[in-house]
Amino acid sequence: MALPQRESPKGKVVSLFVTCIVDMVYPGTGMSVVDILEHAGARVVFPPAQTCCGQPAFNSGYRDETRTVAKHFFKAFQDAEVIVTPSGSCATMLRHEYPSLFAPEAGELYKQAQRIAGITWEFSEYLVDGLGLVDLNLALPASQKFAMHDACHGLRGLGLGGAARELLAQMGNAELCELNECEVCCGFGGLFSIKMPALSNAMLRNKIDNINASRAETIVTGDVSCMTQMNGGLSRSQSSKRVVHLADVLAKGLPQ
Amino acid sequence: MSVELRSKDFVSLADIALRSPDLQKAVGSGTRGGYHNRAKAMFEFGDAHGEHMRAQAAEAKRRALRKLPELLELAEGRLRDNGWGVEWAEDAESANQLALEIARRHAVNTVTKSKSMLSEEMGINHAMEAAGLRVVETDLGEYIIQLNNETPSHVVAPVMHMTKAEIRDVFVRELGMPPTDDAEAMVAFARQRLRQDFLGADMGISGGNFLIAETGSIGLVMNEGNGRFCTSMPRVHIALVGIEKIVETVADYATLTQVLPRSATGQPLSVYTNILNGPKRAHEDDGPEHCYVILVDNGRSRIYATDYAEALACIRCGACQNACPVYRSAGGHAYGWVYGGPIGAVLTPLLVGLDNAAPLPHASSLCGSCKQVCPVDIDLPRMLLDLRHDLVQSGESATGWDVAMKLWAVGMTSPARFALGGRAARAGQALLGDYMPGILGNWSEHRDFPAFAPKPFRQLWKERDKSKESAT
Repeated sequence: MALPQRESPKGKVVSLFVTCIVDMVYPGTGMSVVDILEHAGARVVFPPAQTCCGQPAFNSGYRDETRTVAKHFFKAFQDAEVIVTPSGSCATMLRHEYPSLFAPEAGELYKQAQRIAGITWEFSEYLVDGLGLVDLNLALPASQKFAMHDACHGLRGLGLGGAARELLAQMGNAELCELNECEVCCGFGGLFSIKMPALSNAMLRNKIDNINASRAETIVTGDVSCMTQMNGGLSRSQSSKRVVHLADVLAKGLPQ
Repeated sequence: MSVELRSKDFVSLADIALRSPDLQKAVGSGTRGGYHNRAKAMFEFGDAHGEHMRAQAAEAKRRALRKLPELLELAEGRLRDNGWGVEWAEDAESANQLALEIARRHAVNTVTKSKSMLSEEMGINHAMEAAGLRVVETDLGEYIIQLNNETPSHVVAPVMHMTKAEIRDVFVRELGMPPTDDAEAMVAFARQRLRQDFLGADMGISGGNFLIAETGSIGLVMNEGNGRFCTSMPRVHIALVGIEKIVETVADYATLTQVLPRSATGQPLSVYTNILNGPKRAHEDDGPEHCYVILVDNGRSRIYATDYAEALACIRCGACQNACPVYRSAGGHAYGWVYGGPIGAVLTPLLVGLDNAAPLPHASSLCGSCKQVCPVDIDLPRMLLDLRHDLVQSGESATGWDVAMKLWAVGMTSPARFALGGRAARAGQALLGDYMPGILGNWSEHRDFPAFAPKPFRQLWKERDKSKESAT
């Protein structure tokens, strides 16, 4: 299915969809997102009624429950001009799956789904493709080596991949290194990691081996759910390396 | 050996695979090799060219599917014009019966067979052996599988799951090969054995990669030349062809033979690319005297009538298997039937019934690699999601999940309940420490779970707003 066309988000107020995991587990990442967006000149608001996009139910086949949650999302973001979210997979949910859940026969709900899909941007995509910014004038206090893990939904669902690397490459004192199989899934897959834990863990082990073999000290990714999976495994295996969300890396480079 | 249906046991079969270091090594390197070779071959003339080939191939297969009934009729007429006998089989059993009748009609004792996934669905070797015929698989991989009394674990590389040492042991045990670790010597040994079978066979059985409607021909691609032996040496040739294998024109065949070997083995063209036009003509010196096509449905027309019809576009290249991180870890046998990997997770429930293969739609992290590499752009992740939805609708999903999802949806439709849930999770974590209750324990068995933040983002945001206000 083709993605709905979007107008330029330049000059429009950004409604932040922070995502449920960032809200509860990684609020600091949410603040980094806000800091970078504001640094890039955006006015940011946080629609307080927001909860979750409905992806856990959707990926498990529970479409009625997903629609219930999506309808709540429509209301929570009824005034949004532009939605930015720090997650490729939640952005995929809003851009791809909302339109798939509400057919034209759904009338107003169809219009709502199209509206949301037509104003949603993933964080790095908003900066690079939306605002046309690559150089955010950021510099780290000391030199550091990074490598990207391309989270699956952002890479293959939205066609991202380039944007985050461009942002990192422009940041002072940041060196971009290779990560073998950077495009291969970390094994999270939402409820997959609970339903089929042994397979999920085998995929994670492979990812960790590649991370440990990389020259980079820090792995950068665009989804905190994948980050949770990878850091969970890195911590358990007592690796010194960690995965960090792109926004947190960029925020470290903000002028003090 | 006919295939036993064990798809319900996917999780435990995958566990067995995960505990086999040899299998992990073999499948890990086999799939990765295939994945990289495919990427090199598909995009040797640039990304745009590769994607253009994919789009052309996808169009050719979809057009053929749209016109399926009319093209099948056209093909039957053209095949008959070329001297093929044409038979229709509704299911595996009737296809086996038809093949046996043909064998009896022509007093066949020995059969050589080239690779065919459809024949695995049918369990034709078992049916023929039960009727007293001798059947010899002649694709090297299938030959090893047959000797070891197994089933193929990959649609292109049937012995993907075996190491060279394991194959050596099979040859030593079953054929009395003098022990050697030299792959070339092993192949030469098998080749000598197979040569005798090729020369002595009464009938050859092949699959059909494509059925070309406009010319009434079978398109067959292979690398070992065994298929050419099977289809030209014996007196009788039977091609087993699924009804979805049809393409409209020779030009479509040309399009598809550009993407099939590239996607399967990373070759721009397979070593042997054949168009078979029926029995030998009066003026020809060699070729089979009798040629038959058995067109097999075996559940395909049922799929054709559903939203899953696109799955019938599959050309069995195995690229999705090579790309799939789940397949890379589980191997093909874990899927419990003929087809492993993403296409197996979709086709198996559709062909054998969702209730017989309930775990398979969940055997995916939905990473999307399968769709990305599919030469005919089948939206496999979409179909896996749809099948999960079917599972919920049919009541095949566990009751616990039903209740959990309903409660979750209630929680997510109110920011107050959402915040309450967050507080409960924080309190629970403070109480339980690293212990994770119930199925969540599946997660923490291998990974450390992060701490819930003392203050959620929504609270930090409010505090920031307030401090901003007081600052102004």
